[in-house]
Amino acid sequence: MLAEIFNLRKLIVPILVIGLAVIFGLNLNDWNSNQAFFNNMLRVDNFSVAFSGLAIFVTLLVFILSTDFYANEQAHISDYMSILTFILVGALMMFSFANLTMLFLGIETLSIALYIMAGSKRFDVRSNEAGFKYFLLGSFASAFLLFGIALIFGATGTFDLNKIADYTLQNQGNISPLFYTGMVMMVFAMLFKVSAAPFHFWAPDVYEGAPSLVTAYMSTLVKIAAFAAFYKLMSATFFYTFDKAELILNVAAILTLAVGNLMALAQTNFKRLLAYSGISHAGYMMLLILSAKDQTAGALFYYSLAYALSTLAAFAIAIPIFKAAKSEEIDSFNGLAKKNPLAAAAMSMAMLGLAGIPPFAGFLGKYYIFTEALHSDYFKTTLVAIFASMIGVYYYFKVIIAMYGKPENEVKMENSINYQLVLWVCLGLSLFFGLYPAPILNIF
Amino acid sequence: MLSLTLLSIPLAASLLLLFTRGGLSRNLALVFTLVQLGVTAYAYTVFNAAGAAPFDFLRNWSAKPFLNVHFSMDGISMLMIILSNLLLPLIVLSGYNRNIERPHIFYSLMLFMQFALNGVFIAFDGFIYYIFWELALIPIYFISFNWGGENRAQVTLKFFIYTLAGSLLMLFGFLFLYNGSPAHSLDWMSLKSNPSCSCNQSWLFWLFFIAFAIKIPIVPFHTWQPDTYKAAPTQGTMLLSGIMLKMGTYSLIRWLIPIVPAGFAEWQPLVISISVAGIVYASIIAIMQRDLKRLFAYSSIAHVGLISAGIFAMNLSGMQGSLVQMFSHGINVVGLFLCADIIFNRTQNPNVEGIGGIRLVAPQFATWFMVVVLASVALPLTNGFVGEFMLLFGVYQYNTWLSFFAGLTVILGAVYMLRMYQKVVLGKPMMENMVFPDLYWNEKLVLITIAVLIFVLGVYPSPIIELTEPVLKTLTK
Repeated sequence: MLAEIFNLRKLIVPILVIGLAVIFGLNLNDWNSNQAFFNNMLRVDNFSVAFSGLAIFVTLLVFILSTDFYANEQAHISDYMSILTFILVGALMMFSFANLTMLFLGIETLSIALYIMAGSKRFDVRSNEAGFKYFLLGSFASAFLLFGIALIFGATGTFDLNKIADYTLQNQGNISPLFYTGMVMMVFAMLFKVSAAPFHFWAPDVYEGAPSLVTAYMSTLVKIAAFAAFYKLMSATFFYTFDKAELILNVAAILTLAVGNLMALAQTNFKRLLAYSGISHAGYMMLLILSAKDQTAGALFYYSLAYALSTLAAFAIAIPIFKAAKSEEIDSFNGLAKKNPLAAAAMSMAMLGLAGIPPFAGFLGKYYIFTEALHSDYFKTTLVAIFASMIGVYYYFKVIIAMYGKPENEVKMENSINYQLVLWVCLGLSLFFGLYPAPILNIF
Repeated sequence: MLSLTLLSIPLAASLLLLFTRGGLSRNLALVFTLVQLGVTAYAYTVFNAAGAAPFDFLRNWSAKPFLNVHFSMDGISMLMIILSNLLLPLIVLSGYNRNIERPHIFYSLMLFMQFALNGVFIAFDGFIYYIFWELALIPIYFISFNWGGENRAQVTLKFFIYTLAGSLLMLFGFLFLYNGSPAHSLDWMSLKSNPSCSCNQSWLFWLFFIAFAIKIPIVPFHTWQPDTYKAAPTQGTMLLSGIMLKMGTYSLIRWLIPIVPAGFAEWQPLVISISVAGIVYASIIAIMQRDLKRLFAYSSIAHVGLISAGIFAMNLSGMQGSLVQMFSHGINVVGLFLCADIIFNRTQNPNVEGIGGIRLVAPQFATWFMVVVLASVALPLTNGFVGEFMLLFGVYQYNTWLSFFAGLTVILGAVYMLRMYQKVVLGKPMMENMVFPDLYWNEKLVLITIAVLIFVLGVYPSPIIELTEPVLKTLTK
């Protein structure tokens, strides 16, 4: 906004990108430092550093995309950029909270900014609908979260994650029912935020209605932030009382896998397809929430990374095509292989990555998740996940078939250096981490 | 380290080909496959002299989850490596003077396929094996889909999902074994020496069996196969039938039987009966086929049914025969599909009924086609005979009645193959003034090579037997 005053609009994005790169470096500098800030409101540990690094990196890529995406809306770019940055701030809080109030603040900072961005195409009905729907349902979930936090405070007298954990350990056997109620309400709220079934109904509509760039941001950064916070909650605070939430989480995981994959089969709109695919990926990550007490952060991080890279790559091709086709249907990809074989090959790679086919990182991510889930004895849930992956192949291949098998359409895709850059960085990293996963897999 | 060489040549070639165009890519593909063949020959001599040691490659890939990359070699792997690297140049060569669009991508995918196949055959760690197994699926999917015929979108997607479904079951099996094994390792040796408890093996067996049965394919998991063979371009069909289905039969020997021995023992009577029933079923259907490629597809199901029956018989001659027959079948089926392609190329008619009297216009083609057909119906002195004889003997040792039904394959095979040959090649010319140029140089070269191999292996199969016997003896004990 400062830049607006000085009429430096054109410089906003480059400055932000450089700024993010600097933060990325500073963030990595905190590796192994493990310090607490503000009376233990925030705690920087390896978990938060790793996820913050990922979040900043994703934001960086999205900002690079945004120069072209908002090319015709220069007047508002400073608003958009600052709101997007707020989302990142919220996400960073969600990675490093050590106190439930900070969790709530982080989620709200992220969500409110997101409500605005989802509705940011002001003259588009669908975008308005998306923003409004998301706002209503999201605030409902936030209310649940807040109420859950309040109940837990009532039972334990503290917001601090470690102290809550201590409370459960010290009062084994006579934990207050308030505590359980609060925990379950928080679990419900988090299930909403990660768009797990049966709280997923907002996701397809919001993903479809929101501007594509925001959808890309939502389906990567926001989902990762929600999962990281959820994971931290389950592994650091509720590990002792986990049994009480286990059934809910298990049912939610199975439902999410089933709903996400089965509903995705029927989609013809690419963004809705990715929304449902995002739900199904949430299902896989739910397996890690289930086994959170066995410390599965490594798998969560690797999977988040793999998922983010493939999704961003898909959007980096889809956005210019949507723009040219003025449609977000899968049909706009028809015959892409003939017009632009390189883009079609890249899109196929992104889809194969999402479907979890080696050698892309998506495969190893899934493999790791299944190992962890089996290790924690979630035998049947893993089997459901295996079947879900079979179904998944079908709808990802719908895009590939449209590109290679259908007759060409009129769409002329413009090639912009920014999209290309993001695309190949994502695919390159996806391939790289798929082939050489050791540094990421053993990060924690 | 030699195993890395075997892998890196096709991979490098595949990447390099992406930057070439037109005829150059085709020639380069041929050169690289020939180089690979040369390296394979060298590897064979090294293996004979020094055993598996020069091929061993073991590195840790990741500590948690514990993953290793382990390549090694034994007689069975060597045989499969020889088969795939021998067939690849022939397959590439048979694509000369055919019009293939975007050849650089086509041949690049083909070499990538070779890379993956080599990987499958030398992987000795479950995880890396699974990766190569999946990798092999991607190029063949794109080959069949992009260069395929009618209905290719549905047919190839069915193929992909069908096989991937099987693979995922196998993946689940591997994950279960990984968690259950004391060392948390998927290394072949450790899986073999610490089998899971027999209570689990009884269902673990099916996870692996279905994965392999889909790939082979064993009836009733075969429904993807005839359509895919029909829809894929000829080179793709050759890859699928010549090499890729051997991945399945090879995996039965390499993975299924050693790692779930108790499960195998429990289900052996059932699966061997399924295989034999599949032979009869596929042969009868083959008799009814009018489409040349579909006919060969069903005949292929019958042959591999016999191969799997021989493996499941679990005695030395059955196993030995299965390996000999895997090798022979690979060679013969490439010949058969080339002949089908030649006929289709000249007449544009896939239907047996509409063609006849080729002998009159193309005597050379008729001769070599005859040789391949005879090898396929297992005439003595051809390679098909050696394998089928040993296989039937193996099944006979297991159960007399089963071998009787399995033996029907020879008779029924003769029925459909010779009938087809009679109609297409002998018979009366169906079209007047049929334009049927005789063999081009490349076709001649491929067919003659195949014919030589057919007779050489038919008379002198002992190199194969000597190569694989030591491994099989430890397996069948």
